[in-house]
Amino acid sequence: MNKIIIPTPLRKFTNNESSYFTSQDRVDLAIEDLAKAFPDIRVHLFDETEQFRSFINIFVGQEDIRGLQKGQTPLSGSETISIIPAIAGGIL
Amino acid sequence: MFSKEELARYNRHIIIPEFGIQGQQKLKQAKVLVVGSGGLGSPLLLYLAAAGVGTIGIVDFDIVDDSNLQRQVLFTQSDIGKSKAEAARQRVLDLNPHINVVVYKEPFTSSNALNILQEYDIVADGTDNFPTRYLVNDAAVILGKVNVYASIFRFDGQVSVFNYKYEDGSLGPNYRDLYPTPPPPGLVPSCAEGGVLGVLPGIVGALQANEVIKVITGIGEPLVGRIHHFDALNFESKTFKIFKDEQAPAIKELIDYQQFCGMPAHEPSNADNEITVGQLKAKMDAGEDFQLIDVREEHEYEIVNIGGELIPLGQLLYETESIQTDKPKYIICKTGDRSRDAVELLEAEGFDQLYNVKGGIFAYADEIDAQLTKY
Repeated sequence: MNKIIIPTPLRKFTNNESSYFTSQDRVDLAIEDLAKAFPDIRVHLFDETEQFRSFINIFVGQEDIRGLQKGQTPLSGSETISIIPAIAGGIL
Repeated sequence: MFSKEELARYNRHIIIPEFGIQGQQKLKQAKVLVVGSGGLGSPLLLYLAAAGVGTIGIVDFDIVDDSNLQRQVLFTQSDIGKSKAEAARQRVLDLNPHINVVVYKEPFTSSNALNILQEYDIVADGTDNFPTRYLVNDAAVILGKVNVYASIFRFDGQVSVFNYKYEDGSLGPNYRDLYPTPPPPGLVPSCAEGGVLGVLPGIVGALQANEVIKVITGIGEPLVGRIHHFDALNFESKTFKIFKDEQAPAIKELIDYQQFCGMPAHEPSNADNEITVGQLKAKMDAGEDFQLIDVREEHEYEIVNIGGELIPLGQLLYETESIQTDKPKYIICKTGDRSRDAVELLEAEGFDQLYNVKGGIFAYADEIDAQLTKY
């Protein structure tokens, strides 16, 4: 199974689950699987055209999928997929 | 050269073989601009000053308030009400009188960013909002300065070194390579709305200070082309490679960053679409038919509310079916800023009869019901 790590800002949409396991063999299908399991997270991951939002980075292992095959990046079955959103907090 | 007192002070640096007197000399000659002297700026400024960075600039227009002290360890109870930049300057000079500190008690904007930053070698970004982060990044790229970046939210921290110039003259990625465009307003709450674990900026700001010192002295491998992510909740650290988009448009000039981040440019308040908390109370007492919408976060609502319908700002555009079209809508938040954004976002979606409750729940607590909790 591939493991998707949910960042803490999005865990309120996954019943506080920090990870999600999926057997899907492509990044877009894996994330779609996550969004089906937790529908409230969808709007935070996909824009109106069903593309990944540009302020959400998705990494397979250490690699940004934009440098691989984007959503079509294949998954071996034992990959770790990390979702890293932009955060801006600091001084407030 | 160093005085006898400085040599004694920096002894633990100087005796590190990789560091030596040369490393300490580089720190003394360095000029670092720290934008934001709050959660991240606190450890950053303390460690840069303690380490002996010769000139430190501090940009902060804010005033110390009691909600800062949970994590902004630069400040003490007696600083409440003082300028952050000035209080920070006094604190770091108390720590190390052998350095120069320059303060800018003004917002960092497209008008002043280049003039301020050009005096420095490195900028350390400890800001708290997307427009200023893109501004810091772009100013650093235009002037060819290294931008040592850190950011936090709730339990997550990020650190990276942007726009680093390699020996062959090529540049490492910058913030726009990592995040080409910002989130739409409201989708990602700020720390004021979403909260932050107090110790987190201490951890992440110290990592940021470490990278500043490495860039200045040239020791080790700076965090270039990589982003470090720390999850304090599960104690997991990961470092990812940043994809550098060679096709990205060149950054040649500063822009309107509020507009870039989709934020409404706040015009002077328009009395036509605002009501006071006194007017709201009168409408409640008169039993008028209206919809009161509270656009704060759920946990804020749980602390205190006045019976409004909870739709957090970030959800607003996805829950427009909950907006009642046939009656006036009064929008409230903590202090009146988010509700003003909500009014403008809903107006842009075609809704009317929208009114911002001026001053928010805090004004309601001050003027109408002193029993309400101010948080």
